[in-house]
Amino acid sequence: MPDGSSRQERIADAARSMRVDLRLIADLVEPGARVLDIGCGDGALIGDLFRSRGCDARGIELDMALVTRAVAHGLPVMQGDADTDLVHYPDQAFDYVVLSRTLQAVERPLEVLRQMLRISARAIVSFPNFGHWSLRAQLLLRGRMPMTKNWGRMWYETPNIHPCTIRDFFALCEAEGYVVEQWLALDDEGHRAPWRRYPHLANLFGEQGLFVLRRSTNGVSG
Amino acid sequence: MEPFAEIAHEHAAFPGGIELDCGRSLRHLDVAYRTYGRLSPRGDNAILVCHALTGDQYVAETHPLTGRPGWWSELVGPGRAVDTDRFFVICANVLGGCMGSTGPRSPHDDKPGEPWGSDFPPITIRDMVRAQKRLIDHLGIRRLFAVIGGSMGGMQVLEWVATYPEAVFAALPVATAAHHSAQNIAFNEVGRQAIFADPDWHAGRYWEKGATPARGLAVARMVAHITYLSEQALTRKFGRRLRDASSLTLLDDRFEVESYLQYQGSAFVRRFDANSYLLITRAMDFFDLAAENGGDLGRAFARARTRFCVVSFSSDWLFPTAESRTVVNALLRSAANVSFVEIASDKGHDAFLLDEPDFHRTLAGFLAGCAEHLGVA
Repeated sequence: MPDGSSRQERIADAARSMRVDLRLIADLVEPGARVLDIGCGDGALIGDLFRSRGCDARGIELDMALVTRAVAHGLPVMQGDADTDLVHYPDQAFDYVVLSRTLQAVERPLEVLRQMLRISARAIVSFPNFGHWSLRAQLLLRGRMPMTKNWGRMWYETPNIHPCTIRDFFALCEAEGYVVEQWLALDDEGHRAPWRRYPHLANLFGEQGLFVLRRSTNGVSG
Repeated sequence: MEPFAEIAHEHAAFPGGIELDCGRSLRHLDVAYRTYGRLSPRGDNAILVCHALTGDQYVAETHPLTGRPGWWSELVGPGRAVDTDRFFVICANVLGGCMGSTGPRSPHDDKPGEPWGSDFPPITIRDMVRAQKRLIDHLGIRRLFAVIGGSMGGMQVLEWVATYPEAVFAALPVATAAHHSAQNIAFNEVGRQAIFADPDWHAGRYWEKGATPARGLAVARMVAHITYLSEQALTRKFGRRLRDASSLTLLDDRFEVESYLQYQGSAFVRRFDANSYLLITRAMDFFDLAAENGGDLGRAFARARTRFCVVSFSSDWLFPTAESRTVVNALLRSAANVSFVEIASDKGHDAFLLDEPDFHRTLAGFLAGCAEHLGVA
């Protein structure tokens, strides 16, 4: 749930077309795969995965109004919380679990990632990059918490309690023993940005990070 | 009070009878039912609606005894959320009921000329579902597109999936639970004791005296009715309003909420049989889907490939959302495809019977999504 877009805006977004970053995520998913989208909003991604790729796609969403809207559109979405409800799924129930722009808002990011890679072969994670130059510049020059389109709420009321940078996320994957199968930096429109080979540049100019993870075969992640 | 009117209900007869969970069997089984819409040539558009404790098969038409609209006529009908232009909707009176299915008012198997009365064997929710399965087979339907029901109807939905997983494509348990809570059993017991305390009860053989324990049954209904509402709904409807001048009296019903409850009680006894009420409340009390499956609710759904939509209402304290969530979590353990919505409403348990647009949209959308999956036109 990005800071900058309210629920109404997200609904309006979805009504226009699927967010560009969701389109990129959809392109990472094999046709016919079993997919769980955590924080699925009104279900735009799972609707697309079912209708255009024949996936068995389901969603979890915290906001009951969005859940009701998704189910009323025929999408299999349940009201639930990433922090508490993933434990109920059996091991390896899915081929992909998607966590799109939600990681920064969960209470226990490490545990959520562990659960994701327990219940699924692969995890697709995207998050707004707190290392973006505009955030660094604001903190450096103004000495205040940055306020941008994506980080648009005051520090004391933001739901984004666990911001991280693209390099932070690489470090976490290494510490947890996750294999980064693919990664991308996205620009502020959600399009693929060209810093694929230079993580430091991606961390400076990428507005979002998008990662495809799997557990390492030696099971370091426990 | 006179026993209520006998009327002929459309029904299917099963002369072979039915075996019950209690180990006894009925030598003859009637299942009274109503249908709406048309079964498709492929037989893939049938929806079974399961009614609640005091409901019946008259789901979407004028009730033959009360003259009131069907209990889910807001929801079931042409162009409604359960669209009878598209789906073939079936609703059967439960086994043990008093609207034409075999129950305490039916002829006794062993005592010619007598009704069963309190001799009727104890039944379970699973017995009700087995009787419905006989009807579905009789109608030539191999797999139901959906089974829908609220409250005790929702218990039947869960039991359908647990007992006949291959016969249910989609399931909609609404405002229900996988077992009856101690609190709910307690409320039922108050109702039963009220019936037993009525001088017209006559140890269950009230028909011999041409009587019915109307007073006790009405009190049972009044207690139950409170549990169907919420404090907010009662306050909104009645508050502390008095019926007339505000003199202090002890015995008259002075508050509007009192006369409302008394009306609910007296209307109920004109359409419901006390022995049926006892039998069916007992069936609800005994319902425990986890216990039926070795203590593991997940096992109840282990064989199911059914798509689920679990619905609860925020102000329902009889079947609170937490109980729906228990069902959802058990479904997740078996990796079932489950949607789950808690509808915001201040109308209590009764919300599932009332005009709740979000609920109706949810139900319609879920059915449409399932139809898209199955390729049902």
